[in-house]
Amino acid sequence: MTPSKTKQIMDAESINRSITRLAHEILEHNNGPDNIILIGIITRGEPLAKRLRKLIENITNIKIPIGFLDITFHRDDFRTRLVVPQIKGTDIHDSIDDKIVILVDDVLFTGRTIRAAMDELNAFGRPSNIQLAVLVDRGHRELPIRPDYVGKNIPTNEGENVKVLLKEFDKKDLVILNS
Amino acid sequence: MKNKHLLGLKDFPSEDIKKIIDTSFSFKEVLNRPIKKVPSLQGKTIVNLFFENSTRTRISFELAQKRLSADTVNFSASSSSLSKGETFKDTAQNIEAMKIDAVVMRHPNPGAALHLTNYIGSIIINAGDGAHEHPTQALLDMTTLKEKFGYLKGLKIGIVGDISHSRVALSNMYGLKTMGAEITLCGPATLIPPFIEDLGVNVNYNIDEVIEWADALNILRIQRERMSGGLLPSIREYRNLFGISSERLAKHKKELVIMHPGPMNRGVEIDSSVADSDQAIILDQVLNGVASRMAILYLLLGGKEIN
Amino acid sequence: MKISKLNKNTVLKGGIILDPINNIEKKGDLYIKDGKINSLFKIDPPKEANVIDCKGLIITHGFMDMHVHFREPGREDKETLNSGSMAALKGGFTRVCVMPNTQPPLDSPESMRYIIDRSEECPIHIHPIGSISKGQEGKELTEMGEMIAEGAVAFSDDGLPVENSRIMRRALEYSNMFGVPIINHAEDLCLKDDGVMHEGVVSTQLGLKSSPGITESNMIHRDLELADLTQSRLHVPHVSSSRSVEHINVMKNKNNNITAEVSPHHLFFTDEDLTGFDTNLKVAPPIRSNSDRKALIKGVKDGTINCIATDHAPHTSEEKEKTFDLAPFGMIGLESCFGVVNKVLVKENKIKLNKLIQLLTCNPRKNLGFDYDLFKIGTQAEITVLDPNVKWTFTKHDIFSKSKNSPFVGKEMNGKIIFTIVKGYLSEIK
Repeated sequence: MTPSKTKQIMDAESINRSITRLAHEILEHNNGPDNIILIGIITRGEPLAKRLRKLIENITNIKIPIGFLDITFHRDDFRTRLVVPQIKGTDIHDSIDDKIVILVDDVLFTGRTIRAAMDELNAFGRPSNIQLAVLVDRGHRELPIRPDYVGKNIPTNEGENVKVLLKEFDKKDLVILNS
Repeated sequence: MKNKHLLGLKDFPSEDIKKIIDTSFSFKEVLNRPIKKVPSLQGKTIVNLFFENSTRTRISFELAQKRLSADTVNFSASSSSLSKGETFKDTAQNIEAMKIDAVVMRHPNPGAALHLTNYIGSIIINAGDGAHEHPTQALLDMTTLKEKFGYLKGLKIGIVGDISHSRVALSNMYGLKTMGAEITLCGPATLIPPFIEDLGVNVNYNIDEVIEWADALNILRIQRERMSGGLLPSIREYRNLFGISSERLAKHKKELVIMHPGPMNRGVEIDSSVADSDQAIILDQVLNGVASRMAILYLLLGGKEIN
Repeated sequence: MKISKLNKNTVLKGGIILDPINNIEKKGDLYIKDGKINSLFKIDPPKEANVIDCKGLIITHGFMDMHVHFREPGREDKETLNSGSMAALKGGFTRVCVMPNTQPPLDSPESMRYIIDRSEECPIHIHPIGSISKGQEGKELTEMGEMIAEGAVAFSDDGLPVENSRIMRRALEYSNMFGVPIINHAEDLCLKDDGVMHEGVVSTQLGLKSSPGITESNMIHRDLELADLTQSRLHVPHVSSSRSVEHINVMKNKNNNITAEVSPHHLFFTDEDLTGFDTNLKVAPPIRSNSDRKALIKGVKDGTINCIATDHAPHTSEEKEKTFDLAPFGMIGLESCFGVVNKVLVKENKIKLNKLIQLLTCNPRKNLGFDYDLFKIGTQAEITVLDPNVKWTFTKHDIFSKSKNSPFVGKEMNGKIIFTIVKGYLSEIK
């Protein structure tokens, strides 16, 4: 049995630099903050979306709308796994019709979470555009989903996983690779 | 969830009650979306087997089932075949033969839901069996109370009316006691079952004292049939002694939350002005009824539990 | 169960002969010649005698159940005199009295004759109990004199109470001329209303309509007073409530014309056993609380209750498969009786086996004025051989009745019937 190894990939400073870059890229790609709504995917997509929003406010002086999605009820494995949803669930109180939705999550892996998120967004309206911002892309897509904004690409092998720790939940900012 | 079926709240684990209430809030959010649907029970078939007339409970269940993307089938037995009791086993076995996932049943005899488990292997949800239990009503009542007050432990609930014929009362007693609430029953002595205090509830025939004591009142319907058999002299007498009128409430200057499982006899057990006031959370109960039934269906039928 | 003709010379060898009348419990042999008791202990059978090994077994009088329902005429789908006889033999009963609530009820001399004639073909002795009132309607008395001449041994409207006190008084006065008891199913139907079980915490928890103990004891009290007033014979059936035991006890100390019976199920179960809504536990009078059960056991110990009767009440599975409210009242009990009462009374409550046997043999016979010394030389052999200690589980295969409504299936019994001898036949319970 191979012993498990933990390797630090990003520290607090590099995480901060990546998020800052993502904020700039989002604004650049969409020609400014107009019509954009950030939707963080619970759990760690939520603080990431909030940080992005703050950074965008710092840059443009505009507080863009924000919402949060709990994708539990739209999981595609509902036939085999029963997941009880979080208390703090989906909260989208602004309209998303004709808006540019930026989905925000910590790690992009198989793509199933994003598929569930897009499925759930359908219940709220029809965005003009959906874009995806992730802090880490670890590869191994099982569905045709691709990110628009990536903090860092971390290729992984089978048996490895990537964990993102954020101050808001885990007391520190860190991205680690477990093998 | 510990049990496969939801037959009643007697000995129902408090963790499962909490789980249902918490999940109800998530589903309430779904009911506020423009498109009120989630795919969680896609492909599941649920039969609503109602041996007793009930429009509101059946509609509430149907909505819950459809919002979860389940397929629903309604079966209403006429009262004549029901009184013979002979078609119960046949009906149950016919349904089972059609390979369905769950049955929601309402029946006029106590123990009918448990009896159904002898004939079918699918999941059974008791929507009311005679004067025995009505667990989904109690769960939605508790969800509504939790929503209003933020907690259930130590909450003081008065249940007013015909307790002895009420499955809503019994299920509420079991559920609220498990969650740590205190209950006082109020109504004519002829309509309060014997030995009820052994279940850990108080009994007080003075409605004004109960109003002073309680945080919330759950008001039950009085049926006119109770006047025969020496249970109740008249509706007028009941209203004077126990009716929740606005004059009575005005005497007590307090914030009292008013609940009613419906359907209401306006002017008998509850006045229109009270039912339509801000103190009444009766319509919240109705909305929470759909959310709570969605939570129950989701937790009983959804996949295999991992959390 | 294997039934074979009794050999001309039959010896029950090496058992323990239990004589409930003379309080004898001693190892010995019994010799039956030509179907009659020939000798006990000191026996001299011929060489060719059929010897049955009874080592470790009790040899005693055949049991009698003075309260069974064999549903004939009218509901032969539930039970017939023949199938009921089989159930009786399985339970060690050589003699039973059938209740008259058949369809039509046994309320005439002709119906008494019918039962007597039919019972000739049956392997056990069957006596008819005639109804007190015509049609069991509680209005007009039946032709008691004529019915006794045709074989009636007692009168009862069982299933229904005699609600009218005046009629009950007249029934007691009239039957007293003939020295036979009135057996009244005591239940105040107004107080009972739609009650299907005992009124207590359990009925409240189950949401079932219920009736309190006084539903029975109030009427028993009335019956006892009437029996006292008229100085006539009263037998109280299926006592279920502690209050009833109290009333009977008081009256018995004043008069010796009162007898009372208890059923195995009232000794074994309490209302808490009904939480599963098992319709086989739906009986009238209902199964009551543990304190009532304890009072019944005490009543047996102090002689207030002097016999056991099963109230064997067969119902088809279609009828019992309904929800609790709709199912009919009653359970079968002949086959499970001994295993239950031996367990509860002898093993758990330290009543002597000798006393239990009295409750099953000579006491019910005395209650109805039958011969009861079954070991008397020359008596037609009515003998039951049993194992008083074996633990076993009652299953569906132990049921010989046409109906299967027994809540004892799956329950552990203590003590078992091995042989039953009656009417020149030996039944071997395998």
